[in-house]
Amino acid sequence: MKRISILTIISLGLLSLSMLASARQANTIAEHEPPELSVSFQFEEKTGQALFEGICQGCHMPAGEGAKGAAAYPPLANNPKLAGAAYPVYLVLKGQGGMPAFSRNLNDEQVAEVVNYVRSHFGNQYADKVQATDVAKLR
Amino acid sequence: MQQGEHITRRELLGWIGKTAGAAAMYRAMTSLSLAAESTFDASYQLSQAPKGSSILILGAGVAGMTAAYELRKAGYKVRILEYNNRAGGRCWTIRGGDTFTELGGATQHCQFEDGGYLNPGPWRIPYHHRAILHYCHKFGVKLEGFVQVNYNAYVHSTQAFGGKPQRYRAIQSDYQGHVGELLSKCIQQGALDQELTSEDAQRLLESLRDWGALDKNQQYKRSLESSLRRGFAVHPGGGLMPEREPSEPLDFSALLESQLWRSIAQGQMDDHQTQIFQPVGGMDGVAKGFERQVKDLITYQAKVTRIQQSDQGVTVTYDDLSSGQSQTAQADYCICTLPLSILSQIPLDAGGPMQAAIRAVPSNAAVKFGLQFKRRFWEQDEAIYGGISYTDLPIRNIAYPNYDFGSSGKGVLLGGYIWGAPNGFEFTSMTPAQRVAKAVEMGAKIHPQYLQEFDNGIAVGWHRVPWSHGCCGVWTQESRAAHYNNLCQIDGRIVLAGEHASYLNAWQEGAILSALDASKRLHQHILASKEAA
Ligand SMILES: Cc1cc2nc3c(=O)[nH]c(=O)nc-3n(C[C@H](O)[C@H](O)[C@H](O)COP(=O)(O)OP(=O)(O)OC[C@H]3O[C@@H](n4cnc5c(N)ncnc54)[C@H](O)[C@@H]3O)c2cc1C
Ligand code: HEC
Repeated sequence: MKRISILTIISLGLLSLSMLASARQANTIAEHEPPELSVSFQFEEKTGQALFEGICQGCHMPAGEGAKGAAAYPPLANNPKLAGAAYPVYLVLKGQGGMPAFSRNLNDEQVAEVVNYVRSHFGNQYADKVQATDVAKLR
Repeated sequence: MQQGEHITRRELLGWIGKTAGAAAMYRAMTSLSLAAESTFDASYQLSQAPKGSSILILGAGVAGMTAAYELRKAGYKVRILEYNNRAGGRCWTIRGGDTFTELGGATQHCQFEDGGYLNPGPWRIPYHHRAILHYCHKFGVKLEGFVQVNYNAYVHSTQAFGGKPQRYRAIQSDYQGHVGELLSKCIQQGALDQELTSEDAQRLLESLRDWGALDKNQQYKRSLESSLRRGFAVHPGGGLMPEREPSEPLDFSALLESQLWRSIAQGQMDDHQTQIFQPVGGMDGVAKGFERQVKDLITYQAKVTRIQQSDQGVTVTYDDLSSGQSQTAQADYCICTLPLSILSQIPLDAGGPMQAAIRAVPSNAAVKFGLQFKRRFWEQDEAIYGGISYTDLPIRNIAYPNYDFGSSGKGVLLGGYIWGAPNGFEFTSMTPAQRVAKAVEMGAKIHPQYLQEFDNGIAVGWHRVPWSHGCCGVWTQESRAAHYNNLCQIDGRIVLAGEHASYLNAWQEGAILSALDASKRLHQHILASKEAA
């Protein structure tokens, strides 16, 4: 038994050294800072930008330009349908067709943040801001 | 029994609360196993089709090809339209030399060598998925064992045991052993006298010794009995090598708090129980088996853009992706197996209920990584041959190749398999290179050799797969109740089939059973309409 515990200590040491090394290597492989990874069941991103980059860009693409394959992810860039904030809020909460519902994974603040971000970036310039209380009403 | 159970539950809930991410992990693990047994009828056979009747099938995945095979056999004129220049759909394997361009344009060139591959989608076939096994046997698809449980693989938590991975074998033994000892104490102290006759109590004690590897005093501790389960500190050798030495079990409280016991139930799920299979050389062996039967019926590189029907028949418009020209195809009837994430955007003549159903089922996120290493260090250094290690890191697991054991060449393993929110979406949002880098960084916490031995990798995020737009249909109890029957009903001359039109979502078995059921109902409908006419 003694043997095992000594081995354990040695390999623990190795492990922590290599963790540092791995973090360094990962940074050199990646071109940009990748989105953060949440550790709980909820999305933990807080700002509109982080939420967009952690969720929406997976389908709507990094510049909101959308994408086309056998079907399409519609562009969010320069999208006149974002003029009314209720539409994107509703879609993010309830989903529609291939767009999943996120009401279970995002709180009201997060939904407001990401909608405000999308409505004020990528060529969209809607000045009015959605509040968390507006989101709560649409749940 | 009652009392002991209450105490245990309350304590367990307390422990669950202590560890961050427990709920996420639990959800992730259960979502990996949406189970139901197959209801396949091996004598399935359609009667003779009316002369000259034709059926157009959309999509050459396993659902489309199953329908095509059975309907042609019955005498229908069958044609399949398929977006890709290969058959199989999600039943797909990526090997060295293959190229994959995801939505958004990022292209990955797979550089695997020495027979390594990644199954980005399906990778295992349970023994009770009788329909797919039936066709595998019939079409000569060679199968080999898929190792679900490897007792020498790891279970790992960043929050427990200083982040040091534990062997599955030790966690399972120690969990059973400690529980067996505790339950023995309850019995011996008379706590279960209400529930058990004294004869049953004696039998239970005996069985707990057996089940938990307890010693003759009903104790689980460092002993020959426990080491025969959890492994020895020094394994027996030959000649003048040292004698074997028992190993020390983990502390029960630390084990409970570690949450690592969550991983050991995985292999006990109905879908994961031995024996599970994989096709030799990659999952697309299944696709190729089907394709050999129906290849002459498939029009490849045909992107369906519109589906119309009238009293006379069905007209499907498609883009010929090789020439860029728009074409039409006609038939009397149509079976559409396109994933709903795609069909929800294609103009389709169908009634309101079916339309609503099509737009009510989004597709889940899923991400897989294939990582090639310069050598099979997991076999050579750690004696892990196949199977799966589990972790609370976002990669969730590492699965080792279940083939070519002992090969001295390079080796490809599955560097992670992620489902759903949040990590599935977050990984999909990365570039392929970022995904691979993350998988390497995280995997190195379980296998430090990653850093030395990593060679190259590839990563597939299913929402970025151009011909699938997601992993699998997501039903909820509510959407199932409101829409499932409407989705599956024949609407005029059109019926839907595919993984989404089944109760076995995310399984090929579901796709095949749905195709068999849709084909049969459509066939009966056609016969009935001919008679009425
Ligand atoms: C990550 C992951 C893990 C999985 N694990 C397992 C597993 O271990 N075991 C298991 O049995 N199953 C597993 N599955 C599920 C399995 O892959 C599916 O259930 C099954 O392959 C679905 O078959 P299908 O024929 O219904 O659909 P698909 O295979 O998607 O076939 C649809 C076809 O339609 C084509 N198409 C799409 N759009 C168009 C268009 N506009 N025009 C023309 N053609 C079009 C596609 O190219 C495709 O060939 C997994 C799936 C994923 C994604
Ligand atoms: C899994 C892929 C996916 C993700 C992730 C996703 N969307 Fe969507 N989104 C879609 C699809 C598909 C549609 C089109 C739905 C339809 O057919 O009506 C859509 C539509 C939309 C629309 C309507 C656009 C229009 O022109 O009508 C908005 C707004 C939108 N999404 C916002 C978001 C935001 C904000 C996020 C991030 C929180 C997000 N989406 C994440 C797939 C996605």
